[in-house]
Parts: sequence; C-alpha cells; structure tokens
Amino acid sequence: MSAKVDARGLSCPQPVLMTLNEIKTGKTSEVEILVDTETSKENVSRAATSQGWKVTDVSEEGDEHKITIKRK
Amino acid sequence: MPLISDPNLIAGIEHCDDAGVYKLRDDLAIIQTLDFFTPIVDDPYTFGQVAAANSLSDVYAMGGKPLTAMNIICFPINKMEISILREVLLGGLDKMREAGVLLVGGHSVEDDELKYGLSVTGTIHPDRVLLNRGARAGDALVLTKPLGTGIINTALKGNMAGDDLVAKSIQCMAQLNKKAADLMTGYSNVHACTDVTGFGLLGHASEMIEGADVGIVIHSSSVPIFHEIQKFVKMGIMPGGLNRNRKFRMDMIEVDPDCPEWIVDVLFDPQTSGGLLISMPPKEAEELVGKMNDEGIKDAAIIGEVVPETKGKILIK
Repeated sequence: MSAKVDARGLSCPQPVLMTLNEIKTGKTSEVEILVDTETSKENVSRAATSQGWKVTDVSEEGDEHKITIKRK
Repeated sequence: MPLISDPNLIAGIEHCDDAGVYKLRDDLAIIQTLDFFTPIVDDPYTFGQVAAANSLSDVYAMGGKPLTAMNIICFPINKMEISILREVLLGGLDKMREAGVLLVGGHSVEDDELKYGLSVTGTIHPDRVLLNRGARAGDALVLTKPLGTGIINTALKGNMAGDDLVAKSIQCMAQLNKKAADLMTGYSNVHACTDVTGFGLLGHASEMIEGADVGIVIHSSSVPIFHEIQKFVKMGIMPGGLNRNRKFRMDMIEVDPDCPEWIVDVLFDPQTSGGLLISMPPKEAEELVGKMNDEGIKDAAIIGEVVPETKGKILIK
C-alpha cells in the first residue's frame, strides 16, 4: 500500500515538508503526493530525489499533479 | 497598456525600469517610485525597515538621490494590535532617517492582510540617469549583495532556517543600497544599473540585455550567495516565484555542463531588497568593488561580463 499526501491548496514549503515527513516515517516505500501548482510539483520531486527516492510517475489532471515516488 | 511618449519622459513603463524619471529642467529630473508588500519577517519593526529599504532602492538603482517619501499601509485593524502598525511605521521611519529622506505623508486602508511600503520621490541630473539597459560589450557586472533571501524566507516559513542565517538574511534585506549607490555614482562611465528583486539575478540581468546586441557571461562561483541555502535548494525548499522566474526566462539562459544545477536555481531566487547590479568597464568595476569592500559592503563582487557574442543570451559558467 502506498501512502498518500494531499498538499493541494498549500504553498511552498508545505508540500515539500509534508512529503519529507512521510518519507521520514519509514513506514512505506511508495508515496503519492497531490499538489496543484507547477512549483510544488518541481519542489516535491526535488525533495524526493534528495532523500534517495525516485519519481516513478507524474500525472496531470487540470491543475492537479499526482506525483508517485518510490524508495530506491 | 498604451505607452506614453513625452519629450521630458526619461524612463516610463516601457522597459520595466526601477522608477519613473521625468525631466523638469535641463539640469534636473524627478524620480518617482512606489513599492509595497506583505511581511516576509515576523518582527513588525524589522518588516518596516526592510520594506522601506526596498522602496528606497529603486531610486538608488537609477543613480538618484531620494528626498521625500510617503507611507502606504494596508492594515487589518480588527485582527491586529495597533501597536504592530506603530512598530512597522517606526521601522520604516528609522530607515528613512538613515537614508536622509523626509517622511511627508501617507495613506492607510483597512485590508485583510498587512502590507507596507513607500512611495519615494528623488532627483537626478537628466544626463546621469542609469537605466536597466545600456550594458556594453566589455563591461564587467558588479553585484553588491548576496543572493538567497527568497529561499531563506521560504525555509523560515517551514521552520528550517537557523537563527544565525535568518539574522544575516534580515540584515542584508534591511541594508540600504545608499552607500553602494554613492560609490557607484562617483564613476561617470556606469552604463546600466538595476536592483535585484523579484525576478532574481537572471531575470533582472535578462532585462539588461533584452533586445540588445550583447550577451552576458555569469561566473557562478563568483556570485555572492548565502552558502547555507545549498541544502534547501537540493531539498526543494524554494519559493514559488523562483520557479516562475526560471520558466519565464530559461529560453535566454545557457548553462555550462560543469555548472551545478542548484546554483542556477539560486540565480533565479526572487530577492527582497536585493543588491545593485551594475554594468561598467572592468577597470573601474574592480576599483569600485575594492572601495565597496573597504566601506563595509563586503559581499560586493564582479560576477560576470558583457560580451559581444551570444546576443540576448546569458551563459552561466
């Protein structure tokens, strides 16, 4: 089961902090993050990579982006 | 918007200059500018100082002398203690005193969110106006303050920035560009000047060469930055404006493959009350930086040059 982070409607750095917190729990090896700005998409991807995780999928629906990250 | 042309208008809205300049006499022009924003620091007195320094900077960037200012303030009177308003205004007033500028009035409105800034009036000789364009091939580029305040403000919102770093950043933002401008205007061959604010260094450098037949080379390792921000950038702790700046200007930018990616982000970081970006011949630029360093503007440095090749492009090495 992947964990889910809903960071829609939040501005930087909140989406990044929520993603990092989820990664730090160590409970899961896959996280899906929902954001609604281009900036959050970029920054969350960056945050995941910095923790040694891999962005495996980014899907867009309207203004919403779903980023899937996996532990390497 | 329709553009206005007038024989006495030296700088209007056309080229995104820092302030409007209008010639009153052959030896006198008036400079006008207005800038205000929401708090970027918690302490109201400090916010007042930073906002005032930021507003005054537009006059310094034109090479002018600010004389008078008016407060503009939006205040949520039903939600916030009136003492906060007083502190903000006091911070602004102290900065105006430091700049030798007279507060002559102002206007306040009720709003959901606190906002503060100044409308500043200054003067300059019409022949000495420094526009943000006009950089010439062979010029060196001088930057007078370190980059990174936007990233630090974002890290601060996430409680990730240490007290020392925040204190340094605040000191930088509250620092007037007065001394830097005084030293700069001692040279008669400054070709262009602007202050680095919301569009980041590369955004404002782009304006300097937009449509011109010169390009810019930036030596990224020479650019003064707050070094602590590297870890934030790598973690994606960056303001929304940074991404927008990069998107808007990336087609003018070429990055050397040896240049680390994070530094490019820093060069796009939106600054609050940033330093002056000055284009002038290299010999004088070196001398000016020496004087600035001696006078306490310790981060001032030559960060690149204007080149005849790569017209309209900025190469980052």
